[in-house]
Amino acid sequence: MTALLALEGVSRRFGGLAALDTVTLSVEAGEILGLIGPNGAGKTTLINVVTGVHPATAGRVLLQGEDITRLKPYRIARKGLARTFQIVQPFPRMSVLENVAAGAVFAGAAPSLKEGLRLSREHLAFTGLAQIADKPASTLTLAQRKRLELAKGLAMNPRFLMLDEVNAGLNSSEVDEALAMIRRIAERGVTILVIEHLMKVVVSVSTRLAVLHHGALIAVGTPREVLADRGVIEAYLGEKYAARLAGARPAEGA
Amino acid sequence: MRDWLLLLLLALACSLLPLAGDNYVLRLGTIVAMYAVLAQSWNFIGGLAGYPSFATAAFFGLGAYTSAVLLSYGAPTGLAWTAAGGMACLFAALIGGAILHLKGHYFAIASLAVGEVLREVVNTTPDLTGGGMGMNLPVPKLSVAAAAQTFYFSMLALAALTTAAAIIVQRSRLGFGLRCIQQNEDAANILGVNAYGYKTAAFCLSAVFAGMAGAIYASWVHYIEPPDVFDILLAVKPLVMVLLGGIGTVFGPIIGAFLLIAFEELVWRSFLTIHAAMLGGIIVVLVLFMPNGLLALVRSGLARLRPAGPKP
Ligand SMILES: Nc1ncnc2c1ncn2[C@@H]1O[C@H](COP(=O)(O)OP(=O)(O)O)[C@@H](O)[C@H]1O
Ligand SMILES: [Mg+2]
Repeated sequence: MTALLALEGVSRRFGGLAALDTVTLSVEAGEILGLIGPNGAGKTTLINVVTGVHPATAGRVLLQGEDITRLKPYRIARKGLARTFQIVQPFPRMSVLENVAAGAVFAGAAPSLKEGLRLSREHLAFTGLAQIADKPASTLTLAQRKRLELAKGLAMNPRFLMLDEVNAGLNSSEVDEALAMIRRIAERGVTILVIEHLMKVVVSVSTRLAVLHHGALIAVGTPREVLADRGVIEAYLGEKYAARLAGARPAEGA
Repeated sequence: MRDWLLLLLLALACSLLPLAGDNYVLRLGTIVAMYAVLAQSWNFIGGLAGYPSFATAAFFGLGAYTSAVLLSYGAPTGLAWTAAGGMACLFAALIGGAILHLKGHYFAIASLAVGEVLREVVNTTPDLTGGGMGMNLPVPKLSVAAAAQTFYFSMLALAALTTAAAIIVQRSRLGFGLRCIQQNEDAANILGVNAYGYKTAAFCLSAVFAGMAGAIYASWVHYIEPPDVFDILLAVKPLVMVLLGGIGTVFGPIIGAFLLIAFEELVWRSFLTIHAAMLGGIIVVLVLFMPNGLLALVRSGLARLRPAGPKP
C-alpha cells in the first residue's frame, strides 16, 4: 500500500545552510507521528516543505503517490493537507467565526460563504471556541489563538493535519485539553503529525516518533524504540532523561 | 439588501440634479461621479486586498487614449468606451503578473512607475496618439446643455455600475478571500486562497472602470494630453478619498469623493497656490486621527449617543 505522504530524499537549503538534509520518511494513514528534535533541527522547515511554503530544493514529496513537490501552497491545501503555525497566524480584524470559515470556504467542503459559516460553528463547538465566535481574533488569549489555529485547520476538512507546537506556552491543564482534542481528531480518521518539544506530551500522544537533528533524520520508530536509541540519547535526550521517560511512559501501544 | 436599496436611492437622488442645477453644478456633479468611480476602483486593490496601488492614473489614461484612438478611426462611442475598459483590464492582468508579488512600498513604487511608462509610450507614438501635442476628439453635435447632461448621466451610470460591482464583490468568495489576503497573505495561501489569482482579479477590477472613466472623460473634454490624463493626482486623490470615507467599505469611496471635491471647490479655489500643501495636510490628518475614515468616526459617535445597555 502506498503511504499517505512520502518524503524521498528531501533537502531544503537556505543559502549555505541545509535546514533539511536528504530526509526520507513516510507517513501512514491513521497514525499520529510525533516529530521531535532540538531547536533549529528543521522541524518547522519540514512542514514548510510539505505545504509548499518553502519548496524542497532536492528530492520529492508524494501524496498517495502523486508528486506535490512543486505545487503552490493553496493547491496543496486544497488536496487536504492542513497545518497550524508555530507562530499563530490569525486574520486579526476578522471574527473567530470568519477565521474558521476561511478554511471551510477555500479548502474545505463549503460550496458557499453561508455554508462555510454554518460548518464553522461546528468546528468552533468542537474546539471549545463557540462562546467567543464573534470576537475579533486579535483579542484572543494565546491558548485561544492556538485553538483557533486548530479549528482553522479542521475546517479545511483535512486528510493530514500538521501541528507545529500547538502546546507551546500553554499551562498544563490547557495542554491536557489540547491533547484530548488531538486524539479526538485522530479518531475521526485524520492522520496527524505533531511537532512538540514537551517530551512527555509527544510520547503519550504519538503512535510513532521521528527525530531530526541538524536537518537529518536520525531515528524513526515506536516511542519505545526511539527512546532507547543511542544516537537519539546522545544527540538530544541525554541519559538520565531518557531513562526517566522510558519509565514514566503511560499507556503502551495504541 | 440594505446596500442595494441605498445605491438605488442615491442614484435616483443624483438623477434629479439636472432639475436643480445649472451647467456649473452639472460639471461638478460629473467630476464627483468620475472620482467616485476612481475611488471605488482603488478600493478593490487598495482597500480590499491591501495593495497600495498608484496605477489608477495609468488605467485612466490608458482608457482615455484607447477610446480616443478608436473614435478617431470612426468607432461608435459605446464601443470605444467599452473597449477602453477592456484594454485597461487586460493591461492590469499583464502587469499584475509582474508587480503583484511585490509588497508594501515596493508595490506602491512599481505601480507608480506603470503610469510613467505609459506616458512615455504616448510621447513616443505621435502618429497614433499625437504624442506630447495631445489629441483632439470629435466634438458631439449637441447643445452645451445637452452635452453637460449626457456626460453627467454617463459618468453617474458608470459610478452606479462600479458601486454595484463593489457590493457584489464584497459579499462574494472573492471579497472574502481578498480580506484574508489583506490581513495575512501567508495564512490565506495556506487556507487554500489562490492569492495570486485573487490579487490579479482585484487589480483588473481596479482597472476596468477607471479605464472607462478615462474614456468618458476624454469624450467630455474632447482634448487629451499625457500630463492631463496620466496626472499623478488621479492616483493620489482616489486614495485620499477612500481613506476619508472609509477604507474597504461600499459607500466610503463615494462619500470621500463628494467631500474632497466639495472641499476643493469651497476652499481651494481661494488658495490655489497651496493646493498641494492642503492635500498633504489632509493626508496627515487622516493617517494620524482617523485611520478608519469618517464613516467609522460617525458610526462610533452614533454608538456613543445610544443609551447604554447590554450589547447584542
Ligand atoms: N526562511 C528561512 N530563511 C533562512 N533560514 C531559515 C528559514 N527558516 C528556517 N531557517 C533555518 O533553518 C533551520 C531550521 O529551522 P526550523 O525548521 O525553524 O527549526 P525547528 O522548527 O526545528 O526549531 C534553522 O537554522 C533556521 O535558522
Ligand atoms: Mg519550529
